[in-house]
Amino acid sequence: MSGGVDSAVAAARAVDAGHDVVGVHLALSRMPGTLRTGSRGCCTIEDSLDARRAADLLGIPFYVWDFSERFRADVVDDFISEYAAGRTPNPCMRCNERIKFAAVLEKALALGFDAVVTGHYAHIVTDEHGNRELHRASDEAKDQSYVLGVLTTEQLAHAMFPLGTTPSKAVVRAEAAARGLTVAQKPDSHDICFIPDGDTRGWLAGRIEPEQGSIVDRAGTPVGTHDGATSFTVGQRRGLNLGVPGPDGRPRFVLEVRPRTNEVVVGPKEALAIRELAGARISWAGLDPVASGLTRVTAEGDAWAPFPCEVQVRAHADPVAATARLAPTTTPDGEPDGRATELVVEVDEPLFGVAPGQTAVLYSGTRVLGQCTIDRTVSAVPATAS
Amino acid sequence: MVVYLDHAAGSPMPASIRGAYLAALEHVGNPSSIHSAGQAARGMLEGARERIAATLGVDAVEVVLTGGGTEAVNLGVKGLFWQRQAGAAGDRAVAPDAAPDAAPARADRPRPRILMPRAEHHATLDAVEWLAAHEGAQLRWLEVDEVGALRLDDFEAALAEGAGPVDVALLTMLAANNEVGTLQPVAEAAALAAAHGVPVHVDAIAAYGQVPLAPLPAGVSAVSLSAHKLGGPVGVGALVLRRGADVVPLLHGGSQQRGRSGTMDAAGAAAFAAASDEAHAAIAERAARKAQLRDRLAAGILAALPQVELRGAAGRAAAARAAGRVAEADAWAARALPGTLHLTVPGAEGDSLLMLLDLAGFAVSTGSACQAGVPEPSHVLLAMGLHEQAARGALRVSLGPETTEADVDALLAALPDAVARATSAGLAARTPTLGR
Repeated sequence: MSGGVDSAVAAARAVDAGHDVVGVHLALSRMPGTLRTGSRGCCTIEDSLDARRAADLLGIPFYVWDFSERFRADVVDDFISEYAAGRTPNPCMRCNERIKFAAVLEKALALGFDAVVTGHYAHIVTDEHGNRELHRASDEAKDQSYVLGVLTTEQLAHAMFPLGTTPSKAVVRAEAAARGLTVAQKPDSHDICFIPDGDTRGWLAGRIEPEQGSIVDRAGTPVGTHDGATSFTVGQRRGLNLGVPGPDGRPRFVLEVRPRTNEVVVGPKEALAIRELAGARISWAGLDPVASGLTRVTAEGDAWAPFPCEVQVRAHADPVAATARLAPTTTPDGEPDGRATELVVEVDEPLFGVAPGQTAVLYSGTRVLGQCTIDRTVSAVPATAS
Repeated sequence: MVVYLDHAAGSPMPASIRGAYLAALEHVGNPSSIHSAGQAARGMLEGARERIAATLGVDAVEVVLTGGGTEAVNLGVKGLFWQRQAGAAGDRAVAPDAAPDAAPARADRPRPRILMPRAEHHATLDAVEWLAAHEGAQLRWLEVDEVGALRLDDFEAALAEGAGPVDVALLTMLAANNEVGTLQPVAEAAALAAAHGVPVHVDAIAAYGQVPLAPLPAGVSAVSLSAHKLGGPVGVGALVLRRGADVVPLLHGGSQQRGRSGTMDAAGAAAFAAASDEAHAAIAERAARKAQLRDRLAAGILAALPQVELRGAAGRAAAARAAGRVAEADAWAARALPGTLHLTVPGAEGDSLLMLLDLAGFAVSTGSACQAGVPEPSHVLLAMGLHEQAARGALRVSLGPETTEADVDALLAALPDAVARATSAGLAARTPTLGR
């Protein structure tokens, strides 16, 4: 129970469903800050008090569980090191993967509980064979299935999302008000909870040592300098301070961040378009596509035949039609390197602003199939074209 | 049906005290008013003050009623510190029975040093750290031993440091540790302090009404008390300020009491006096009864859960008793609060234990302070030399006057399952295995 309206109503519905419910608030920071109105973080004293009050009104016991050390290691430090490696992580996803449905769930199971209930907008469907599937919420505007795409079968087996079939957030707020919950009109949180002022760049600047380096074009020709490659994100246009326009006079965008050489690669907007993405850190939410009958293992046994799906690369992006396959990772010459198997996703129409470190979640209709962390992308525009 | 075993956090108000409180609440009038109603309220208040004073062998004028223990501690610590600085108004901060040629009567120089053991309650810790951050105080931590008692050798060493005792503002110390229940060497420390003209504030909130504190040792200038630890109301406390020891006040206003402004709570004082009378009327019998139940609990835990460590002087007593070393056990027991048992469970979080026991119907505590309900490893256990991991699995059981053998046996029956589950859940910092 974060102290927000969603988890409060989720808890209320779990109580109504007849479960034996205990409210748990996660302490994720050793320094929860001070009381302040309109706080947006998830770690503040005010949020903890709101969660406690909601549990009290629901008549359920309430406890604070301290996962600040794990949160720092698995989410905050991971966030910093991913940025330092030139990647763009999603910390909320990481928190679901490592904290809420791992550390918290594991502790709950050991203490004698059966499941973790959250206020996420997503829907778990059980098929005729008892297999659990993760689906988009009924309210597509609030759907959070993307940030739950990292959950595995085992984690899904112990997860409950009572808000998944609610038609809209307004219904949840109305229900909270009808139940007398004081958080009924509390504003939604939007920012990364450990960066309460929302200034991610400023926050990172104090944690990653910036080093001056070159801004280069796609051919590798230096076109400017920067004060630290890791403060750039793929797709970024502002803040490049190149002084002179590109050869064609058009604005230039960050195409790639190369932390190893401390280079930022820039180019025209169309060069941001990618036609393929791939990643080797893969998980399946329930039965995998082979077991689900969506594809088959190839004759060689080390790959899956291409299968149609949709791919979503950000929490609030639209899914795009794609074809996915599982294939051995290859050397630059296209030969299998024997190191891993990666999920390769070819999109039907170009995707823009996709950065390594982001998560690609595969869907089949409303169903979440699984995900991979993006390791590499293939541009839709050959480098020579610009 | 809840078995309440958290009396150290707050002891439920017995019907007798509730009756006295309700009767007192029927009185009309502000004790500072001149009219007869005010005088009647004043009479009730002063009668209560006298009864509280009597339990410590002090005069009524030496009892300053406060809005609870934290205010008393803040007044004692900050008030004495400020009084000891050059330019402070008033006379002296040293107890009257200190060595006559010790400190000069008036603060004639800065005395920035505050000596404070590492295992104090947060009311003291935070007050002193605030003085250090904002008022120029220099904090000298004093070490405690492995049962949590102040090390007198370190206190003596600290007195001799720098310019010597002359620049020490005060020593502040507990009478009994609130987490592990170990009694502190107040008389010895106060004698040392008095010999050097250093005033002593004693936080007796955990000890008052549990063990006899009268007569107060020579050299103790101020003693903090709280009513709700002995069945009185919350928000009522007192600072016993020895005659001649002055404090700079925290609150400014109507000067209703020595060193404290604010309308006096006559009914609260009456209820506090009733609770303190009840606790002191049978203090030896109550203590013996609680000690016997505590020993039963300790022996049961040692027998059923050999991995559990019992902490503090009471823990040492239990271990010695289990080994048949009676004299040693009695010696340790004499250094422990009768009703407190503190234990640590290796590999478990105290908050897991607390939750499981709570859901099973037992109200106990981890003993340490919470920030937004976040349990932190106890500074007391760390000061006693425990590693942070060992300190995380802490549980404090504190008995009250109405605790029964059946309560203790029920806890003993519930504890193994809670310990097993909490141990299997492990420490929060461990790496989870669920997920990809």
